[in-house]
Amino acid sequence: MAGKKRIKVIMAKPGLDGHDRGAKLLARVFAEAGMEVVYTGLRQTPELIVDTALQEDADVVGLSSLSGVHNYFFPRVVELLRGKGLDDVLVVGGGIIPEEDVPGLKDSGVAAIFGPGTRTEDIVKFIEKEVRTQ
Amino acid sequence: MFDKDKLTAIKAEKDQWDCGPVEKACAKFPERKTTFTTISGEEVDRLYTPSNVADFDYQSKLGFPGEYPFTRGVQPTMYRGRYWTMRQYAGFGTARETNERYRYLLEQGQTGLSVAFDLPTQTGYDSDHTFAMGEVGKVGVAIDSIDDMKVLFDQIPLDKVTTSMTINAPATVLLAMYLAVAEEQGVPYSNVGGTVQNDILKEIVCRGLYIYPPKPSMRLTVDLIKFCYEQVPKWNTISISGYHIREAGSTAAQEMAFTIANGITYVQSCMDRGMEVDSFGPRLSFFYNAFTNVLEEVAKFRAGRRYWARIMKERFGAKNPRSMMMRYHVQTGGVTLTAQQPLNNVIRVALQTLATAYGGAQSLHTNSYDEALCLPTEEAVTVALRTQQVVAEESGAADTIDPLAGSYYVEAMTDRIEEEIDNYITKIDAMGGTLKAIEDGYIQKEIQESAYRFQKEIESNDRIYVGINKYTMEEPSPTNLLKVDPKQREIETEKLEQFRARRDHKAWKAALDKLDEVSRTDENVMPTVVEAVKARATVGEICDVWRNIWGEYRPKEFV
Amino acid sequence: MNKLVTEVLQGSVRAMARLITLVENEDPCSLEYLGAIYPHTGNAHVLGITGSPGTGKSTLTDRITTALRRRAQSVGIIAVDPSSPFTGGALLGDRIRMQRASGDSEVFIRSMATRGNLGGLARTTADVVKIMDAFGKDWIIVETVGVGQDEVDIVRTADTTIVVLAPGLGDTIQSMKAGVMEIADLYAVNKADRSGAEALLTEVKLRVEQDAEIKKTLWQAPVLKTVALDDQGTESLLDAVVSHRNFLKQSGNFEIVRREKAREETLSLLKEEISRTMVEKILGNGRFEALIDDIVAFRKDPYTSVQEIVGTIFPDSE
Repeated sequence: MAGKKRIKVIMAKPGLDGHDRGAKLLARVFAEAGMEVVYTGLRQTPELIVDTALQEDADVVGLSSLSGVHNYFFPRVVELLRGKGLDDVLVVGGGIIPEEDVPGLKDSGVAAIFGPGTRTEDIVKFIEKEVRTQ
Repeated sequence: MFDKDKLTAIKAEKDQWDCGPVEKACAKFPERKTTFTTISGEEVDRLYTPSNVADFDYQSKLGFPGEYPFTRGVQPTMYRGRYWTMRQYAGFGTARETNERYRYLLEQGQTGLSVAFDLPTQTGYDSDHTFAMGEVGKVGVAIDSIDDMKVLFDQIPLDKVTTSMTINAPATVLLAMYLAVAEEQGVPYSNVGGTVQNDILKEIVCRGLYIYPPKPSMRLTVDLIKFCYEQVPKWNTISISGYHIREAGSTAAQEMAFTIANGITYVQSCMDRGMEVDSFGPRLSFFYNAFTNVLEEVAKFRAGRRYWARIMKERFGAKNPRSMMMRYHVQTGGVTLTAQQPLNNVIRVALQTLATAYGGAQSLHTNSYDEALCLPTEEAVTVALRTQQVVAEESGAADTIDPLAGSYYVEAMTDRIEEEIDNYITKIDAMGGTLKAIEDGYIQKEIQESAYRFQKEIESNDRIYVGINKYTMEEPSPTNLLKVDPKQREIETEKLEQFRARRDHKAWKAALDKLDEVSRTDENVMPTVVEAVKARATVGEICDVWRNIWGEYRPKEFV
Repeated sequence: MNKLVTEVLQGSVRAMARLITLVENEDPCSLEYLGAIYPHTGNAHVLGITGSPGTGKSTLTDRITTALRRRAQSVGIIAVDPSSPFTGGALLGDRIRMQRASGDSEVFIRSMATRGNLGGLARTTADVVKIMDAFGKDWIIVETVGVGQDEVDIVRTADTTIVVLAPGLGDTIQSMKAGVMEIADLYAVNKADRSGAEALLTEVKLRVEQDAEIKKTLWQAPVLKTVALDDQGTESLLDAVVSHRNFLKQSGNFEIVRREKAREETLSLLKEEISRTMVEKILGNGRFEALIDDIVAFRKDPYTSVQEIVGTIFPDSE
């Protein structure tokens, strides 16, 4: 495996929401797709998530929210990442997120939003395609 | 129940049938799959006959409704006397908005209230706390103080309705506020009825809304149970919840098994505090999920009732039959709803309602079809309530008790689920009890494993989900979704500021000091909490007193 | 000097994180970077934490880190988890058990996957230790995989190694791998509030005493009780670690051990480099596949063939 880069993913639950079924499931799916995955646990502030991404030199940050706080938290995480110079970290989100919020989230720098019923395979493919190469 | 010779004959004929007509039919038209399983992965045979329930003994396994072991139901007449309580879980935005929704629901024929609190309230933070950023009023109503609680139940007589509150870590505080409001309405504690969830173990296992470490958390739980036994006799002091365990991905049998495991821990903790099992046993209640596989759900409910009755009687020595009854609320399965073709959810909820009615629940919340998209709109909530009313009034499911009893399939499934429950309980006992099993992540891992298996089945099309992996279609994005005012936090923060400015500072400070003092002893905290909310201490302030004493819980996470 | 290395030495967290990734990926440039870093290492005390799964290593790491922070020490943590041999992916789950330590700007936590390496660490863990050392961390804690493999790598990497045990896991001295007594500078009997802890403690103590009698070592591994979940026993454990560090320095052992480690490390790098360049050369000349054909057809045997190849490359090796 020498000299081979592996995609490193941070799976995070921002806010107080405790629904982590999706986040944990995806953590496992990503690992089975050959990625190295750090799951942060619940109640992460945007600052903690970004610290983790920084220290782990993450390629991808996955955010999950089912409590309707995505419009606040997702853009905030992107903002803090960019503030630390982590410009090429791919940020993706999922959970219960109304269609009409998606354009705004994308404008803020979230690369993709995956709603309920998305095939995990499609998420893996998206990451493999869009992740930074260096 | 069956004659031995008859059974042998039936078995022989079944074998002939299998080798004859079945084989011929399969040769011509193979069956759809090689193995059929329920959504929980339970294998389902082609046909059930008396052989599947060969040892069936009516008296010991079923008995009669209202009698031990309560397999057929906890009341003698069940829904022929009164339908289950139709109780829609609701709450969003401010106390005022939620109060309007409650009064609307009561006008529409709803018979009980169920309060959804926002996440800051559920984790013991006031609306102006940093951690409340983005969360205020989102998944439920924001309650910071006794004033908010008063508005929430404005013009709702608390001696006429019963109220269920989904609150756990700070359950003592919200119950204290409810009681204080009742008192202001002139309703004595003895006439107040309802439920607090008060189930901290499942928060640690799967719902994630804990505050304190398990030990002090359990102390609060038991303090509340004890206080209500002494002063609020009609209150259901705990709602031991499998609902969230199922939502997190467990099977039907695991849902029941882990809930019962938690229940055993609560009973033991109360007894360790010197309470007689029959003093608090009758006020324990449960909360389950209902998925769309009707017969499996019915079997789950029946198996759970029977198993719990035995545990209470045999393990804990309960004498009062009421202590042995598993009374429970049901909510239809949130995770069974799809964001795709949301109207299909109406059908799912209808089937889940039927399962609940056949299963013998005491109350039910039906989900709204738009809940995979957003908070439910008024229109969707009305359809959900009507679904219950149609099942109750039109389907006939409420007219005879436990109508599926005696079905070879349902009885065999009931036995099988009961056996699975027993296997889990035995295993957890051997690990040193539920708390140890949770600490080691055993229960969490079992649930996650099931969730993973289910997802794989969906993605490999081994299990069909309409609108997800079959019968999909392009659809326009949904409109008309309910939105919470993003200014919510500012509104609540301003309200809080005024509230704090108005209160008698000295009395407030004295009440919190007293709470601090009492919390450090073994004394029941409930009376002091009631005093504190009356002295206008907020949810966050009271929870902070305990945070200072006990610290915050950070569980191990198991992926 | 390389820009990235300079930034690391100047204290850029981001540069350190990037450099670790390059080293972890065995990037062609990484040897050069590590060379530039080496003169700046040797200041941190490296603490290894090993033990079976379920003993509570991560929680203990978290508590030791908080204790070190109370003593105003900066800390780097490397938490190693296994890669799946089938997919190459990994779930790096230790970090979430370090909730107290994360969020502190003086603590840097890095999760590493073993990427196929046995021995309890990733191939490049020792190099990552050097990067954190050069960055200026006072302490570096390395938590091994702990899946019951022979976790011997940690001894080569750490100055002090704690073996964590817990009751109820079937952890008894009899069941331990033979090497464990050589690994441990300290024992922590964690989850000491559980039943069976006293018995385990007594057993380990007895064994350590017997061992000390036979070997007449200068350092006798202390056996301490901890309840990491409730942060009990952490301070005493850390005191014992500091005693061990002082012992190493005062007894002169430190220099002996350092020389041993430098020798071993250089030798292993040399072996690797020789093997890599030689194999590259051999595979490059195109005759290798023909040789394999001969071996498959039993015209030649692999043993003699290897001797012949080595003979042609190093004609003097006879």
